[in-house]
Amino acid sequence: MSKTDSYTKKVIKYFKKPHNYGRMKNPDGVGKVGNVVCGDVMWLYIKVGKDKKEREIIKDIKFETFGCVAAIATSSVITDLAKRKTIGEAMKIERDEIVKSLGGLPPIKIHCSVLAASALSEAIYDYLSKKKKEIPKELQERHQRIEKEKKIIEEKYKEWIKLEEKIHKK
Amino acid sequence: MKKPIYLDYAATTPTDPRVLRAMLPYFTKKFGNTMSLHSFGQEAKQALEESREKAANLIGTKPEEIIFTGSATESNNLALKGIALANKEKGNHIIISSIEHPCIMESAEWLEKQGFGITRLPVDRYGFVSPEDVRKAIRKKTILVSIIHASNEIGTIQPIEKIGKICREKGVYFHTDAVQSFGKIPINVNKMNVDLLTASSHKMYGPKGVGMLFIRKGVKIEPILHGGGQESGLRSSTVNVPAIVGFAKACEIAEKEIKKEGERLSKLRDKLIKGVLQKIKGSHLNGHPKDRLPNNTNFWFEFVEGESMVIQLDLLGVAASTGSACSSVKLEPSHVLLATGLKHEQAHGSLRLTLGKWTKESDINYVLNALPVIIKNLRKISPFKGDKKYE
Repeated sequence: MSKTDSYTKKVIKYFKKPHNYGRMKNPDGVGKVGNVVCGDVMWLYIKVGKDKKEREIIKDIKFETFGCVAAIATSSVITDLAKRKTIGEAMKIERDEIVKSLGGLPPIKIHCSVLAASALSEAIYDYLSKKKKEIPKELQERHQRIEKEKKIIEEKYKEWIKLEEKIHKK
Repeated sequence: MKKPIYLDYAATTPTDPRVLRAMLPYFTKKFGNTMSLHSFGQEAKQALEESREKAANLIGTKPEEIIFTGSATESNNLALKGIALANKEKGNHIIISSIEHPCIMESAEWLEKQGFGITRLPVDRYGFVSPEDVRKAIRKKTILVSIIHASNEIGTIQPIEKIGKICREKGVYFHTDAVQSFGKIPINVNKMNVDLLTASSHKMYGPKGVGMLFIRKGVKIEPILHGGGQESGLRSSTVNVPAIVGFAKACEIAEKEIKKEGERLSKLRDKLIKGVLQKIKGSHLNGHPKDRLPNNTNFWFEFVEGESMVIQLDLLGVAASTGSACSSVKLEPSHVLLATGLKHEQAHGSLRLTLGKWTKESDINYVLNALPVIIKNLRKISPFKGDKKYE
């Protein structure tokens, strides 16, 4: 089966020319999700600013992703979706919106869109906790869920994670 | 875009135009059923028997020891299940390697559920099965050893002759899945001490829909398809004469061209391997540098995911494949790569490029120019680029 056929044209477009990729200097918040063993790692960076109404918005956003076509496309699309949104709005971006923006994803790749949404919520969580701001209950629960899942995977792949950490430190 | 470059010959091959020409009369004019008594039937029957002879010639055996099937998957199912069912009195233990094609792995697993004992032998980092491991694994109740001749993924060619000798000494049937090697490297079932051998037509420029099983005379085997009793009662089904005629033509061509084409492909293969390892930092070869199929290359790249590589290559007109979990229906990386000791994240970064009859040196040059750029760009997107050595 040609893998190109199973992805929509939009997915391939985002994959071919991803938006907003690269490392951000001095980000206000970082969300790191996924893991090399499973095949997808997403790092999302945000810079927070204010709009004319003095509301906090995502002023800039960048991603770094190791993974398949869907992982790269969803990373790219979530940066487009989140840019210039208020923190409150950005928090509400869910996988359905990401999938819709890509004109659909193969069912087996839906988890990539979940990963992208998690990366964004983790970046916002990171920002709010660094600034010692109040963290909405929903976001806290989500953070705990992501942490719990991380632990399960870490337990499952203990040995490999060690190697991964070694590589990160390089 | 440039004319597409097909480098996935291990997945399937185009049908050789000479093969297609040989097949065509058997669709419309010589369409008889081999079981019919009239002249149409006899004409088809004759084509079938001539085809059997051509296929037998390529592996140094007699036509009576060849049966045609619908696919290599069917041949492998018949070999494992047919031997298991026919030799229950003798024992219930079967030995395979841990790098077999899924149709052997799954057939063995099914037999395991039916109460047979299965030993899955490990391989070393190159993918070799140790003949001594085979010797040690054989028990009183062992009825069959089945080891793949050359790996479909990493191209490693097993020491089949030695393994076969051990099986013969121990009086155990020996089957080999030769789908990837058949027509590419010389095979002689007598020299290799093989009792059963599987081959496929569409991997060697024949049509899809036909496979072959060599069964040495005297081997006890039960059919898994029952019906009209075609193929000496071992494979009931109306005989697919056009496909078999095509398969036989492909065998005839292979016999003539095997040596020269093998040498040509080996040179291109080595050029590709050398070029990739030299041009791309953090690249590694999977399988053995020399003891591999003349048309197989398989690499893994640090911090690049395979599916992304395959799609980027496809966008540039190059067809390749990967053992990454992200491209598999089970979301698990290749069991072959894991068996050679690769870690999950390493297998995710694997890329297989397999060459064939229509691969030219300019194709290899094109890939050697395109691939480093693709990998550089994917690493640019990846969080793991702190390591300066990739710059």
